[in-house]
Amino acid sequence: MIKAILIFNNHGKPRLSKFYEHYNEDTEQQIIRETFHLVSKRDENVCNFLEGGMLIGGSDYKLIYRHYATLYFVFCVDSSESELGILDLIQVFVETLDKCFENVCELDLIFHVDKVHHILAEMVMGGMVLETNMNEIITQVDTQNKMEKSEAGIAGAPARAVSAVKNMNLPEMPRNINIGDISIKVPNLPSFK
Amino acid sequence: MPAPIRLRELIRTIRTARTQAEEREMIQKECAAIRSSFREEDNTYRCRNVAKLLYMHMLGYPAHFGQLECLKLIASQKFTDKRIGYLGAMLLLDERQDVHLLMTNCIKNDLNHSTQYVQGLALCTLGCMGSSEMCRDLAGEVEKLLKTSNSYLRKKAALCAVHVIRKVPELMEMFLPATKNLLSEKNHGVLHTSVVLLTEMCERSPDMLAHFRKNEKLVPQLVRILKNLIMSGYSPEHDVSGISDPFLQVRILRLLRILGKNDDDSSEAMNDILAQVATNTETSKNVGNAILYETVLTIMDIKSESGLRVLAINILGRFLLNNDKNIRYVALTSLLKTVQTDHNAVQRHRSTIVDCLKDLDVSIKRRAMELSFALVNGNNIRGMMKELLYFLDSCDPEFKADCASGVFLAAEKYAPSKRWHIDTIMRVLTTAGSYVRDDSVPNLIQLITNSVEMHAYTVQRLYKALLDDISQQPLVQVASWCIGEYGDLLVSGQCEEEEPIQVTEDEVLDVLEGLLVSNLSTPVTRGYALTAIMKLSTRFSSVNRIKKVVSIYGSSIDVELQQRAVEYNALFKKYDHMRSALLERMPIMEKTASNGPTEIVQTNGETEPSVVEPKHPPPVTLPTNQGTDLLDLLGGNDMALAIPNTVPTKPASAGGELLDLLGDLSLSGGPAPTPAPSVPTSQPSFLLDGLSSQPLFNDIAAAGIPPIIAYNKNGLKIDFTFERANPNPNIAVITIHASNTTETDMTDFVFQAAVPKTFQLQLLSPSSNVVPALNQGTVTQVIRVLNPQKQQLRMRIKLTYTHRGSAVQDLAEVNNFPPQSWQ
Repeated sequence: MIKAILIFNNHGKPRLSKFYEHYNEDTEQQIIRETFHLVSKRDENVCNFLEGGMLIGGSDYKLIYRHYATLYFVFCVDSSESELGILDLIQVFVETLDKCFENVCELDLIFHVDKVHHILAEMVMGGMVLETNMNEIITQVDTQNKMEKSEAGIAGAPARAVSAVKNMNLPEMPRNINIGDISIKVPNLPSFK
Repeated sequence: MPAPIRLRELIRTIRTARTQAEEREMIQKECAAIRSSFREEDNTYRCRNVAKLLYMHMLGYPAHFGQLECLKLIASQKFTDKRIGYLGAMLLLDERQDVHLLMTNCIKNDLNHSTQYVQGLALCTLGCMGSSEMCRDLAGEVEKLLKTSNSYLRKKAALCAVHVIRKVPELMEMFLPATKNLLSEKNHGVLHTSVVLLTEMCERSPDMLAHFRKNEKLVPQLVRILKNLIMSGYSPEHDVSGISDPFLQVRILRLLRILGKNDDDSSEAMNDILAQVATNTETSKNVGNAILYETVLTIMDIKSESGLRVLAINILGRFLLNNDKNIRYVALTSLLKTVQTDHNAVQRHRSTIVDCLKDLDVSIKRRAMELSFALVNGNNIRGMMKELLYFLDSCDPEFKADCASGVFLAAEKYAPSKRWHIDTIMRVLTTAGSYVRDDSVPNLIQLITNSVEMHAYTVQRLYKALLDDISQQPLVQVASWCIGEYGDLLVSGQCEEEEPIQVTEDEVLDVLEGLLVSNLSTPVTRGYALTAIMKLSTRFSSVNRIKKVVSIYGSSIDVELQQRAVEYNALFKKYDHMRSALLERMPIMEKTASNGPTEIVQTNGETEPSVVEPKHPPPVTLPTNQGTDLLDLLGGNDMALAIPNTVPTKPASAGGELLDLLGDLSLSGGPAPTPAPSVPTSQPSFLLDGLSSQPLFNDIAAAGIPPIIAYNKNGLKIDFTFERANPNPNIAVITIHASNTTETDMTDFVFQAAVPKTFQLQLLSPSSNVVPALNQGTVTQVIRVLNPQKQQLRMRIKLTYTHRGSAVQDLAEVNNFPPQSWQ
């Protein structure tokens, strides 16, 4: 069973935190801090498994982590999960994020935390692995996003306006209207982007 | 009220904050805005506000006021609202809040919703944080969804069912019928989650396990699926680095492991497929290794044939040599699990494992250390110990305590010689001294005491170590105890094993006093040092210096030190005659298994001459075959005797005062020997109670060995009475009773005895030094003789006493021991 999934950056700021067991808020923050301390001390060429810290660890639990660019992806698992399998799972998760966000970077995770949660919910449910097929996950997530958009989504009305304008088909406006020697210049209409 | 800002805006604003305080301020402002918005019951922007709240929650700020809002969102009809609402419920709510129960109805409705995604959301939330009450209510719905044909919902329902079973194990039966068709699905997602569900059921209930093995024919089904996965060619959908759905393969292997454990039929059915997987899987990438690893674990756990097991261990051996650290870690973990069952196979890889001790990676080092300790045996102890000691020198502090304890344990079990054992202990104490566990100090002291012939060598080495470094407390404690006990050996410069060093008494006392004043010493260490100094007062001649030191500490701030110093002072002043008796050498401490109460008193590791104790600590003599001493009765020459280290030269009143100590006796405190007569005879029982094992006392009646008269001359008669020490039939316990038929007392009476080399002798303290005149009383003394070879007991005794003003000395041989005493 996966006990928690944490994503934080090289300075320890949390980018995503999902706990599959119940802790109160202070404990959760402490766990994030402690995990960051443990993981950031690690060298680049050591193995990706850590025996856990005081709080989230225990005799049975391990921290399995991978470091991508500026982000650490940490899964806290117990002995019923295969360690090497979880490493692959992290890889699949990151690849899925990459497909969903087009060359994902940390900023994407920062500004779209809720979307990341939804993607994760399609992969891991209740601490157990639900789906590992990337295409399947992406299909489901896309469909749900479309549903949301059709309902107007979180942003509400302004987003609808923006997308409406985007879909407007403005005809090409002629720049110069030649009416003989009257050189009236029609001003350039700004293009709608 | 202006529209609340969007999530994106909020995030942007927070990121511009440069300090923690600024960030907190911004968040507090936003929280206030959100709270007022919630109060206004604004439906349009609720989901936006909750999204912002969740973001702030992730950063660590309190967000509990949003819990009810999440519920309202869940109840809304819009998908967006539901999505955020359920997410908020999973992040903010848990079964400890009562609010969560309000969700139950919403979830129930949503489980029957027309849109599969809404149903999916509901299942997800229930599977993540459903409490047992919710699970009980909604289990029926989940079970229905488990049977649907929609694979998206089916897989979610399967995992939700796992959660329900974890929360409410009684409901497991309910899901049983639904599992019949689960494995015939084509969709890998459903297959995967179904295997998880089956695994959970088998792990929880042995009945289920049996059921699945027999009725459902689960094993053949799983084998078939696995075979398809391996044999099928490239399938773009499920491919991960060239292997078809490795996650599913690993899951199936795990379930096979559970099914095959302790079950011959199932194990047989899976032997082929396991061999196939083990040989065909590519090992170049992590995925292949993951599958191989799982296969190896399965092979080791089920009742596989030996060829397969050998294959598995070889795979693990290959893993150990792999460059990838992860693989090495995983291999070490599994070897640790298998070392109990397949010890010899793992031994083959011992050198690789020992190499891993030198790895830079902390996790690998820890695994390698645990595995190395498991692999130590009598044959490889020397080599392994060298490596482990080297590791102890160079490892991180977090390992040192475990490593040190491991070394002690291994050394105790497999030490090839006493000297090696002591050397190893010395090495550990000097390198990792401060990390050694507290309970090792008494164990070490016991070990040192028992290796009799090594005393001089040990104390010499410990003294030298002390000169170098006094910061490591366990080392200092053991060293000061040994110097206290064997200081005389140190000063006398005898050492067989090593070059003896020349040490004067003053130097030794300097070192010990240095310990007392040093800032590095803990109070416990100071206690050890003070007691050691005190003990040296009987072994050294510079008593005055010791007296001075002891009296200084009589006013120490530390209560423990003060108490000790005051008592030792009293020992010098009022009880000086008893000092030597009290501060004698400690006897050999036997392992706690054999003799009862004596051991408990003695293994304290220190003599506690506290005068209030009713139990009189036994001053004892060393057994006679100490290297330096003598005994050749068989050769008939050179009778050096077992000299009790007490040389009581004190006046007659000693006996009475000795008895004074035994506070609970109804003795008048008078120093006169007159109370003595009646008491010494009854005394023995009390003294013996404290001194020797209980069974001894009980055995007096039971033994039935006739007493003998050992000596009868000049009015002094000595009787021997016999008992058998119950737990150890090789030990004969002899009590001598000395009585005096003349009209004058015999004072300063000392009884000494010697036995042939094959025996060991222990003389306990006499009841008194005065043999009262006219048979008014007897002096008793207990002798314990260890006779492992059951040879005939012979003894030579030497008696010294003062009678009618002149000193008398006599030698005699006792040959008339009854056969029962030594058979």
